[in-house]
Amino acid sequence: MSDLRTRKLRVALAGRLVLHDVSCSFHPGWTAIVGPNGAGKSTLLRALAGLIPLAGGSVRLDGQDIATLSPAGRARRIAWLAQQAPVSGELTVRETVRLGRLPHLGLFGSPTAKDERIVDDAMLTTECRDWQHRRLHELSGGERQRVMLARVLATEAPVLLLDEPTTHLDPPHQVALARLFKQLAASRTVVSVLHDLPLALHADRLLVLRRGAVQAAGSHDDPALHAALTASFDHAVRIEQRGARAVVLPQLED
Amino acid sequence: MSALPVVDAASDTAGTTAAFALTDAARRRRLAIALVVAAVLLIAAGLMVGSQGWSWSAFRADLADTQAGLILGEIRLPRTVGALMVGGLLGLSGAVAQGLFRNPLADPYLLGSAAGASFAVVLVLTAGSMSGHAIGFATAAWLARFGLVAAAFAGALAGVLLTLALARGAQEGVRLLLAGVVVGVVLGAASDLFTTVSPEALRGKQVFMLGSTGFLGWASVTMLGAGLALALPLGMRLSRALDALSLGDDSAASLGLDLPRIRMALVVLLAMCTGLAVSQSGLVAFVGLVAPHLVRRCAPAPHAYTLAASAGAGGVLLLAADVLARGLIAPQELPVGVLTALLGGGYLLWLLHRRRVA
Repeated sequence: MSDLRTRKLRVALAGRLVLHDVSCSFHPGWTAIVGPNGAGKSTLLRALAGLIPLAGGSVRLDGQDIATLSPAGRARRIAWLAQQAPVSGELTVRETVRLGRLPHLGLFGSPTAKDERIVDDAMLTTECRDWQHRRLHELSGGERQRVMLARVLATEAPVLLLDEPTTHLDPPHQVALARLFKQLAASRTVVSVLHDLPLALHADRLLVLRRGAVQAAGSHDDPALHAALTASFDHAVRIEQRGARAVVLPQLED
Repeated sequence: MSALPVVDAASDTAGTTAAFALTDAARRRRLAIALVVAAVLLIAAGLMVGSQGWSWSAFRADLADTQAGLILGEIRLPRTVGALMVGGLLGLSGAVAQGLFRNPLADPYLLGSAAGASFAVVLVLTAGSMSGHAIGFATAAWLARFGLVAAAFAGALAGVLLTLALARGAQEGVRLLLAGVVVGVVLGAASDLFTTVSPEALRGKQVFMLGSTGFLGWASVTMLGAGLALALPLGMRLSRALDALSLGDDSAASLGLDLPRIRMALVVLLAMCTGLAVSQSGLVAFVGLVAPHLVRRCAPAPHAYTLAASAGAGGVLLLAADVLARGLIAPQELPVGVLTALLGGGYLLWLLHRRRVA
């Protein structure tokens, strides 16, 4: 189980400050990062993964600054799923998922029977094992997304950072993914950027971002968080309590 | 995702999966065997082709004649083996370039090695023609000793170093590519400037640009062999990094790769392979571009296989071109670079036609 914290995080892209003094923490469980387009959600995730240089502040994993970790050391503890990964080359599904063992094997190690079992389990979990010998570029967007998720699971990292993992997935697979996150969240820190607000409300916690700053953070049933959420979307949505669950509805009337 | 019904592993899908795996392994095996067989046949053809073209009777006579046996042992055999090795280096570096830049049209000369080698050769040729006029005889003699081979190798490495300096290292692929283009254009212009004042240098540059296996002796074979013996294992070590890079820079970095270091190692590998190849045989076109294409078409695979097979395919391609170049208009020879351009260009045209039809 791992704790990820940011302290006054600042990130600049092309000379423009995209994240302004973001201080937040992510504990074991499932946290959904939500907010309007351009809020800095993907940038925050990339900063948490150590993929972009910081203009200020720090990211700490279990108290240790991730900038002091080696690339392989960081990769064994933090796994990152791209919003939309480019596809080139001739890798099959299995070969792609096996790359998830790279942080453990390095460039020169050979996969063992244990590694192959982990790869098998990851593919079974995301239901892509039956087409493990098909090439990545032959798959649909949704199928590819499941393969990439399997690759992330194969790293066995305690922190999973997932950028819009439901992209291209049909509703049944989106629901299945949400159930998977809840299962994983029992023993890992799962942080996902989601545009799908109804799905996001099933997370344990939400972090609302707008214009590079944190608007609110809290439990999915926190009324104050609901208010911040609707405000961040300029009241284009409203949140209503239906029984034990809050639901998001579009605000079509003025 | 265990919430959804799981496809029965005993279903037809599992059978299809096994079939796919068998097909992939079979294709790779078949390609490897085809390359070995082609290489053996082409080496035999390379030994046979002489001033009468391909003549079995002339070859049998050569085998019996001690004097001609020297021709076989000291000229044809090293040239044939050398062509295989030059092609191997170009095929390997082409596969590395296409993986590094995630671009199937990348060729190994992209980072300024060809322009650097060409410029260095022009400098040496120009200095030679100016000896006694603009420069002293002693300086010209030193340059002649230094030799075109060494100049081409040093020039190739210098071209890549210039590219790295302009791109401020190997951190970003796009920056590297752009810097390589700039270096190519600038050094190309500088070469042209020198050749306008020195017609002898222009002739020499043209020979260099067309490529030739005619100067490959046992010393060349030794150097090429040593280069290939170092480059191939290094490439195989870095092959998993190329696989990770195919998923994008950020995904590769998130898997624990130190991208700037990996890129630098790949650029060094590219520079050494192309520097060695062009220094021995000039600028042979298309081999580095086409060999990986052919391999991926026949046997798509991760980079560990593709790099080795591309070296094999590059060797076979160049040797085939060399054998044709020596035999088609014997006793004269076509420049081998013309044939590789015709063969390689023809293949790409065919690919284009197939895409249009599809």
